Amino acid sequence: MAKNRFGLLRSAHIVFQKDIHLEFRTRYSINAILMFAITTLTAISFSIGPMNLRSEVLSPLLWILLFFSSMSGLSHIFVREEEQQTADTLRLVTSPASVFLGKWFFNIVLLFGLEVIIVPLFLAMMGAGVEGIWIFLLILFIGSIGLASVATIIAAIISQASAKGALFAVVSFPISLPILISGIHGTRLAMDGVQFSDCLSDLQVLISFSIVIVTLSLLLFEFIWRK
Amino acid sequence: MFILKVFNILESDKLNGVHMFEIHADQIAQKFNQRIIFRDISFKIKSGHSLVFLGPNGSGKTTLVRVICQLIRPTKGKVRFFRNDEEIKQDQIYPFLGLVGPYLQLYNSLTALENYEFFAKIRRQPVDVNHFKKLMGRMGLAGREMDELRTYSSGMLHRVKYVMALIHQPEILILDEPTSNLDEKGAEIVYEIMEEQRRSKILIVATNEPEEIKFGEEQIRLAS
Amino acid sequence: MNLNRNWWKYILGLWMTLVIVGAFLYAPPAKGLGETARILFFHVPTAWLATIAFLISAIYSILYLRTQDLKHDVWASSAAQIGLIFSILATVTGSIWASKIWHSFWNWDPRETSIFILLLIYAAYFALRSAIEVDEQKARLSAVYSIIAFVTVPFFIFIIPRIYDSLHPDPLINAQGKIKMDGRMQLVFFNSLAAFTLLFYWMLRIKVDAVMLKLSGKEETL
Repeated sequence: MAKNRFGLLRSAHIVFQKDIHLEFRTRYSINAILMFAITTLTAISFSIGPMNLRSEVLSPLLWILLFFSSMSGLSHIFVREEEQQTADTLRLVTSPASVFLGKWFFNIVLLFGLEVIIVPLFLAMMGAGVEGIWIFLLILFIGSIGLASVATIIAAIISQASAKGALFAVVSFPISLPILISGIHGTRLAMDGVQFSDCLSDLQVLISFSIVIVTLSLLLFEFIWRK
Repeated sequence: MFILKVFNILESDKLNGVHMFEIHADQIAQKFNQRIIFRDISFKIKSGHSLVFLGPNGSGKTTLVRVICQLIRPTKGKVRFFRNDEEIKQDQIYPFLGLVGPYLQLYNSLTALENYEFFAKIRRQPVDVNHFKKLMGRMGLAGREMDELRTYSSGMLHRVKYVMALIHQPEILILDEPTSNLDEKGAEIVYEIMEEQRRSKILIVATNEPEEIKFGEEQIRLAS
Repeated sequence: MNLNRNWWKYILGLWMTLVIVGAFLYAPPAKGLGETARILFFHVPTAWLATIAFLISAIYSILYLRTQDLKHDVWASSAAQIGLIFSILATVTGSIWASKIWHSFWNWDPRETSIFILLLIYAAYFALRSAIEVDEQKARLSAVYSIIAFVTVPFFIFIIPRIYDSLHPDPLINAQGKIKMDGRMQLVFFNSLAAFTLLFYWMLRIKVDAVMLKLSGKEETL
């Protein structure tokens, strides 16, 4: 059993490595997601940047920016396999669980990579100060994992449908809302610099929701993956 | 202590020796948009034997192949795999299967070598560049190892698929339209591979070419 | 014969009439909320059935994934459709009440937000279904989505209104586990709940039978 689980993680790692390799060769997702984020950020900053906004406005803006940027790039991981007809090849060589874990991890890394660039840029361009920087980072960290989890399982579903691009945001949005609502609320509190205990309920929602979604995804992914 | 050793030798002997693989298909049926593609397909095949699926276009040859490879789950029935009479669990069948078909593509923006590395690793095979070069040479692709697959012609792509399907010397080799897209020389190499495979392992072919039907000891004819 | 099989439908008609009359004439106005509280006899049952419909849809989705029998998909999608109608009704009745008591049709109270999100989820469910061509694939993928969506629902209904303050009156079962209604209100309320549930069942059966009829014309049986 223990050996089996180790094998699963190893396969997931190999799938992840392959996707990173492919991504560096084509740079499709990185380009799409980063350019989308920068364009949106420019539009926001350009139109309302000089207004010296409060955290009630900045925090939702940041999360809307992150959500729609993820929607522009995180589905590619499955859409690419289906469109280039490599999905069947992948189905043939490894288990559904290792495919899901590998691609989930890829999306997390991609989203973190985006945030490392876009969040400091956002704070600088909007002139926003963050009082509780550690709480802010913690909420962003867990929120991103949750967002990437929802995006990965929904991407797997919509990669087999038509009109994938539009459908991805439509179908992901309601499922991502617990993350967005708690993330926005927690980020606002962190920007205002409150005690850790005040953000606890938001963190609880973020953590429990992420755990539920990932568990459910592992249970259900086989039904999506095997036609 | 001594008895234990003898037992171990017997065990390892069995493991190092020739394995007997077996596929049982039991009453499989498949529906697509509520239309029946095929029904009541049952067969058993053992190592050292071969099987051919025949039938006109649209009769469900490809669907049947995909069901056997577990790419789609059948609407009814079951496909089971055995090694030395012991059933192989669904998530442990991958190292034993090899499939070549027109709908299975490789990663076009990776080179042949990079594709090889991925497929070898994911099937738990040691990455052995010499072995890979030998296979590439056999398929008439020597010297193209470092080129990205998107620079290959369609015939060459078909040949690379054989390389990737054969790296782990699969106990079960399934070929869907084995020689479509191949020239005469390519077809000859493929016939050689089929001949080798059916001698001691399992070979399943879906085709309508008279040349290839000969490779199947038994036939399953699908009606449209 | 026909009359015999449908006797309960006539009873239901009579029952619903009594509930409506009772809601306006028999039950007393609630303390603090006045006459507007009468909407609870219609608003709460619709919200309750919207949730029940999504539970049914999720259960049949699980059954579909286990059996691959398209009949289960018919139940799942029909329940979602009727559930969508009931959640629209709950939203509209809630909004009308809000306009009287909060002087605004919509102000993103957590409970308004929750029911609106529920609407979004099931609109997305039907958007997904319409984008998939093959029936079996449609059933399979939408079943997975339905299950994921259903698991998301408790987060909205229970967690979010508890984190953020709400002006909404206590739900039916409140923290103290007591029902704050007098006897006559209770009588009308539970009758209404039961009658609405029966009405829901009737609507669901009509929908399911209609889709099954279409299905059996196309389907080839194994």
